[in-house]
Amino acid sequence: MDLKLHVWRQDGPNSVGRFEDYDAPGISEHMSFLDMLDLVNDRIVRDGGEPIAFDHDCREGICGTCGLVINGVPHGHRSMTTACQLHMREFRDGQDIYIEPWRAAAFPIIRDLVVDRTAFDRIIQAGGYISIRTGAAPDANATPIEKDDADVAFDAAACIGCGACVAACPNASGMLFTAAKVTHLGLLPQGQPERDLRVLKMVQTHDDEGFGTCTNHGACQNACPKGISVDYIARLNRDMVGATLRDKPEGAVA
Amino acid sequence: MELNSAIPAGPIQQKWDKHRFDMKLVNPANKRKYKVLMVGTGLAGGSAAATMGELGYNVEVFTHNDSARRAHSIAAQGGINAAKNYQNDGDSIFRLFYDTVKGGDFRSREANVYRLAQISLEIIDQAVAQGVPFAREYGGLLANRSFGGAQVSRTFYARGQTGQQLLLGCYQALERQVAAGKVNVHNRKEMLDVVLIDGVARGIITRDLVTGKIERHIGDAVVLATGGYSNVFFLSTNAMNCNVTATWRAHKRGATFANPCFTQIHPTCIPQSGEYQSKLTLMSESLRNDGRIWVPKKAGDDRRAADIAEDERDYYLERFYPSFGNLAPRDISSRRAKEMVDAGHGIGEMKNGVFLDFKHAIERDGESVISEKYGNLFEMYEKITGENPYKVPMRIYPAPHYTMGGLWVDYNLMSNVPGLFVIGEANYSDHGANRLGASALMQGLADGYFILPLTIGDYLARTPQDTLGTDHAAFNDVEREVNDRNNKLLAVNGNKTVDDFHIELGQLMWDNVGMARNATGLRETLQKIPEIRERFWKEVRVPGSGDSFNQSLEKAGRVADFLEFAELMAYDALDRDESCGAHFREEHITEDGEAKRDDENYAYSAAWEFNGVGETPTLHKEHLEFEYVPLSQRSYK
Repeated sequence: MDLKLHVWRQDGPNSVGRFEDYDAPGISEHMSFLDMLDLVNDRIVRDGGEPIAFDHDCREGICGTCGLVINGVPHGHRSMTTACQLHMREFRDGQDIYIEPWRAAAFPIIRDLVVDRTAFDRIIQAGGYISIRTGAAPDANATPIEKDDADVAFDAAACIGCGACVAACPNASGMLFTAAKVTHLGLLPQGQPERDLRVLKMVQTHDDEGFGTCTNHGACQNACPKGISVDYIARLNRDMVGATLRDKPEGAVA
Repeated sequence: MELNSAIPAGPIQQKWDKHRFDMKLVNPANKRKYKVLMVGTGLAGGSAAATMGELGYNVEVFTHNDSARRAHSIAAQGGINAAKNYQNDGDSIFRLFYDTVKGGDFRSREANVYRLAQISLEIIDQAVAQGVPFAREYGGLLANRSFGGAQVSRTFYARGQTGQQLLLGCYQALERQVAAGKVNVHNRKEMLDVVLIDGVARGIITRDLVTGKIERHIGDAVVLATGGYSNVFFLSTNAMNCNVTATWRAHKRGATFANPCFTQIHPTCIPQSGEYQSKLTLMSESLRNDGRIWVPKKAGDDRRAADIAEDERDYYLERFYPSFGNLAPRDISSRRAKEMVDAGHGIGEMKNGVFLDFKHAIERDGESVISEKYGNLFEMYEKITGENPYKVPMRIYPAPHYTMGGLWVDYNLMSNVPGLFVIGEANYSDHGANRLGASALMQGLADGYFILPLTIGDYLARTPQDTLGTDHAAFNDVEREVNDRNNKLLAVNGNKTVDDFHIELGQLMWDNVGMARNATGLRETLQKIPEIRERFWKEVRVPGSGDSFNQSLEKAGRVADFLEFAELMAYDALDRDESCGAHFREEHITEDGEAKRDDENYAYSAAWEFNGVGETPTLHKEHLEFEYVPLSQRSYK
């Protein structure tokens, strides 16, 4: 099939970006979206141009590196699918495709379609862990965990940290990402001692990083390639209220 | 050069304990005076950095990814082995040790493998305490499954995302140390060389992938945790950015590279769909528990699967291996699939696959049971191919997946270059000539959480370190070489893309240094690689500049290294004139068509010393003794 691409090009964080048009003829329906971009880049290089920069790595939908807004939808319109797993059979001959980076204040653009998502790392640094010294762990079967809790904890832990939730949110909120980690760790007995402190510090850092506030649009859940549920945001809010009402841990809030 | 494996004396069961006691310790107050440079943030590098930070060392971590959480360990699906014997099915440390040595076809070091089996228990404890959501039974205890042909259920798993969950556990531990100020993570910085001062590894040179800035870093030890080199084949299941650069450049500075020809080809991947494709996707091996593998009996038969009657199908694994059937080990299953396709029985548009058929399983157990077991895999397959595996058989074919070879290390995981440690897939240590399923995660975490943080302490305590700065002359020289190389790549300005050469090299390696090898093909390969390399440096076009975000330059540097490294793989494969594990030399097969080892002449690890690009490397042998697992021929009939 033949496609017409409109791709966001931007030289650096402080440059002015613009859409550039590329013809993409002869695209096979078996190609993945990123195979298609590879092919377009290959032609650009042969013609003496500079290829479109985009982040990608595993191409199996698990590393969370790739992230493109395709025709206005993070990762494209197929649900539960990352851009690298999206295939061209989802498009039709002659279609116009707009490709943009994640757009959010907390994710500055590095070049073209590549953004800086280190704000997510800093949210995890604030408390997205269970403090356990290497070698200090009790036997793994010493603490049975109800299967239902373990399963929901897993569902929340499936987040790949790609940032599609932020890109989809009209407020550019990172609350789904934050809530997924708060839920994962908060459901497990191992995560209880730090539960209050965790939610307070993670939300504080989330806000400090410039992510917007959650106003329950639910766009994040639709965009999430791993099906992370907005229910976890409700859970986070409940933990937040509880933690705030209980003794405020020292240093939790600036 | 003398390779000293530094294996502690005494019975195998006591070696690690005794060794830990014999180690020199670093006083807690002194740990903060040391700085360790850690390259890579996968299971090995991430866990090592987190643990060392926790111990009080200062750790500088480097990754070419945009976050430590992206490392390719994340893509591991199946599980992680541990000799917990939670299933009471007769498992033990000794059995896991035995299976791993035998599975590796007797080309690994017994002492290392025994220690790995011992540590496997602690890894599971550690991961659970971190909140890794392993599969559980209704009673709340951990679930296990049998994996990769093991006869005990010792594999712990987190649906089909075990690697992801273990890596996130380790990433979170790492970020906790970042918050504590003990670890500093440098995202999007690629190591381009290692700096030796008076023969000791003291620093690295990196390129900031955003600004292009070449930077110097100095420390008291350097650790490479940079993964494997399957991407030498161009098409593999490795992530697109996986590369051999860190280990190769360390090799060029003096670290010996061991068993580079030991590469694992995974039997169940989705076949290539067209020439444009740059990445293959693995489908979990667990599918072979219920799927039946077959090809049409008639070569060139291009009817749809549904139109081919039962008596016109060849369930070849069941025919060759009546007792193991479709569960035959990875190397054997892969080879047989290749034989079938080479003989014209391949299926699909490109005639490049075999069928993995769930029809009988669905008839037997019902669609809902199959969906519960494999639903997510079927869905993934459907996304990629557009075919519904509940209705038509899957198409599969082997693909490069893991590399057992890597930099040579001693029992302490230190290379022959003092101060240069190598962990995880990047070293050659524990898997011999063939890695068993669910053992890669185990090894990465054993190295990172439990071995390296102790052995590196012993090294630091025994080695007086001069206070040096990055203004040392050695840094000037190495930095100049790095700059020259980048500038040279940018200056060629030819008319071919980097991928043109990567594809050409990959095809050559796949044909001649892939699943089956022979002396003629290997000699031919050794002739052709230098030709491709020469053309690369004359004809490649690398657009853009060195002082900006430039993915073409990143890739060009990596492919340039593969073009040098590939030659070493071929030398090693040619030198090893036997078949063993994944290394299948067509000249050496048993009557049944299996790998035929030559223990008399080849019971050694081949550690190669670099003599210059295009020069014949020097072979050093570490002879392997098998005291506890008697040498025997593998049989899966």
